[in-house]
Amino acid sequence: MVPLWMYLVVAAALFSLGTFGVLARRNGVAVLLSVELMLNAVNINLVAFWRYSAPTEIGGFAFAAFVFVIAAAEAAVGLAIIISIYRSRHSVIPEEADTLKG
Amino acid sequence: MLELNFVTVAFFVFSLITLGGGWGVVTNKNLFRGTIWLMVSLFGVAGLFLTLSAPFLAAVQILVYIGAIAILFTFAVMLTRSLTNLRERYYRTWVNVLGAGALFLLLVLGVIAPVWIANPDRALPVSDQVVRTVDFGVALASGEGFVLPFEVASLLLTAAMIGAIVIARDADEA
Amino acid sequence: MDCVGLCDVLAQAGWDRGLAQFLSLFVGVILVSGLPLVTVIFLIWVERKVAARIQDRLGPNRVGPFGLLQTFADLIKLLIKEDITPAAADRLLYNAAPILSFASVVLIWAVVPFTPYHIGTDLEIGALYFVAVASLGTLAVMTAGWASNNKYALLGAFRVVALLVSYEIPLVFALIVPVLLAGSMSMMDIVHAQAGMWFVFMAPLAMVLFFVSSQAETGRAPFDLIEAESELVAGFNIEYSGMKFGMFFAAEFLHVFTNGILLAVLFFGGWQGPLANEPLIAFVWLGIKGSLLYFVSLWMRNTLPRLRIDQVMRFNWFFLVPLSIVQLLVIAGLVMILKEIGLVPLNAQGHIDLASASFLSMLPMTLVLFFANVLIALPVVQWLRENGRKLRERDEQRTRRAIAANAAGAVGD
Repeated sequence: MVPLWMYLVVAAALFSLGTFGVLARRNGVAVLLSVELMLNAVNINLVAFWRYSAPTEIGGFAFAAFVFVIAAAEAAVGLAIIISIYRSRHSVIPEEADTLKG
Repeated sequence: MLELNFVTVAFFVFSLITLGGGWGVVTNKNLFRGTIWLMVSLFGVAGLFLTLSAPFLAAVQILVYIGAIAILFTFAVMLTRSLTNLRERYYRTWVNVLGAGALFLLLVLGVIAPVWIANPDRALPVSDQVVRTVDFGVALASGEGFVLPFEVASLLLTAAMIGAIVIARDADEA
Repeated sequence: MDCVGLCDVLAQAGWDRGLAQFLSLFVGVILVSGLPLVTVIFLIWVERKVAARIQDRLGPNRVGPFGLLQTFADLIKLLIKEDITPAAADRLLYNAAPILSFASVVLIWAVVPFTPYHIGTDLEIGALYFVAVASLGTLAVMTAGWASNNKYALLGAFRVVALLVSYEIPLVFALIVPVLLAGSMSMMDIVHAQAGMWFVFMAPLAMVLFFVSSQAETGRAPFDLIEAESELVAGFNIEYSGMKFGMFFAAEFLHVFTNGILLAVLFFGGWQGPLANEPLIAFVWLGIKGSLLYFVSLWMRNTLPRLRIDQVMRFNWFFLVPLSIVQLLVIAGLVMILKEIGLVPLNAQGHIDLASASFLSMLPMTLVLFFANVLIALPVVQWLRENGRKLRERDEQRTRRAIAANAAGAVGD
């Protein structure tokens, strides 16, 4: 098999791409897309560590499976919030949703 | 030296798909295309799970992301359609490129290189035996296993579903 | 990875082992994906012939004997037609959507067990794989609708996606029942577990639910509001012409047949039957069962009228989804209870094991599960009848009132 560090490098690259997207994009939907990239980078890491260091234990496997649940919940609620903000303010830029600012 | 076999080739192909898709997500001007690129990238991640002998996670990845989250994102993109073509693509581009690049270098040179590349004994799996999907299923439902996290996860999903409906609903519809 | 069959022959002939493995896998992939491609050509003829007979017509009968070569003529026509891409379309996605749509159907064939020894790949998670690749079709439709840059296409795509996403829920709940009874998600194990008794006798409701929701997934009548020529001018594929349209068309036809085969595999014992140890006979058994179920689907398509979108959604969310959840819970609970009583064949580890059980040893379990299903079905059918009558009366009343109002209006003038 491929050495473990190669998976880690791929995951690190994906995470950095996601970070760039989150920081540089202004559109809320685009930010969420990048967040999904970061979550998946983390999941690659989790599964790789599980496979290389404790493949007979269920814990690591279950951890990765629960990340899917979080990702699904996050996407659903995040997009609902963006759509709701778009309805009231006609903008999907997170910085412009600042009515709570004093 | 790397042995050239199916798994190695598959790893490089899927890594390329994953990173190429990720590149598409952050650089594409058109958000619908960005969503499709995200799906390409996550498909690559599913492939990586396959090379890591986790076919269950790979199938769930495709089912959850391409079957459900992709559709959610496309709907969100269309409901906010006036901004599909972003006028200004980025904001503080160079600072962020440098920041993300520095993060990548820090992760590779600062964490991965000294710990994992320097120790060849950590490079290969400790065993060729992996958890079977059946064992995972049993663990999810058994008291000694993950029955509590499993229930909490389903509660979370229910809460997210109700929350999403309530938030996205029109105020005057209620 | 083991090296058997063609790979072994090539390796014996002095080929490099890795290359032999690659080549034999490659040939396997070509065969498994080529089979549906060839089948679809004849499916189109079969479907047109059956539809014609049901509607008291003759159907294609000019090109070749019994019109068998009609599909080839159509194929040539589609290939030489002008291939139009709308100027405002998103070229890349516009061209990718038909391929994705067809691929989502062909990919399913990778886990269909043809005979006891022949299967594309016997995945440990076969049933989950089926759900996963079938969900690719939804994305294909969405992409096609959006990339065409046409209002009707987008509206059609919205409808399709709403339909597909909703009907996936009862489909998956029905799919869990054979998985639960076989104790495995592998398609091969599911077929083996039906050696003594087909699952359709233990879970007839799940079979019906799977049939109905897979009919909806293909977008066939009575769920063909995807096409709804009269309202949506053909829906999401309106801008497609030539072979690209042909691919959506072929994907739909193939999907119907694939559903017939899957239904046979999951509920009607797949290749099981007398003399099924002979691969060819086993293959014929699967073909017969699949074709019969496919015929029922065609029959339904050609006899039932189209439902409205609100009726389709209401039928799913207020009827199919609750019913599928209830029947799954009942079957799961009963299997647990039967296991405690000792009526379920178990293996040495105490797991459910139907593969080696005989017809007689499965009979008590089957009877209990069958009657439980009937008990659920009776009130449900009664409720359906009453609800149907109520809806019809309301519609008739509305019509009467409208007629009366019209008449009054005419007098007033």
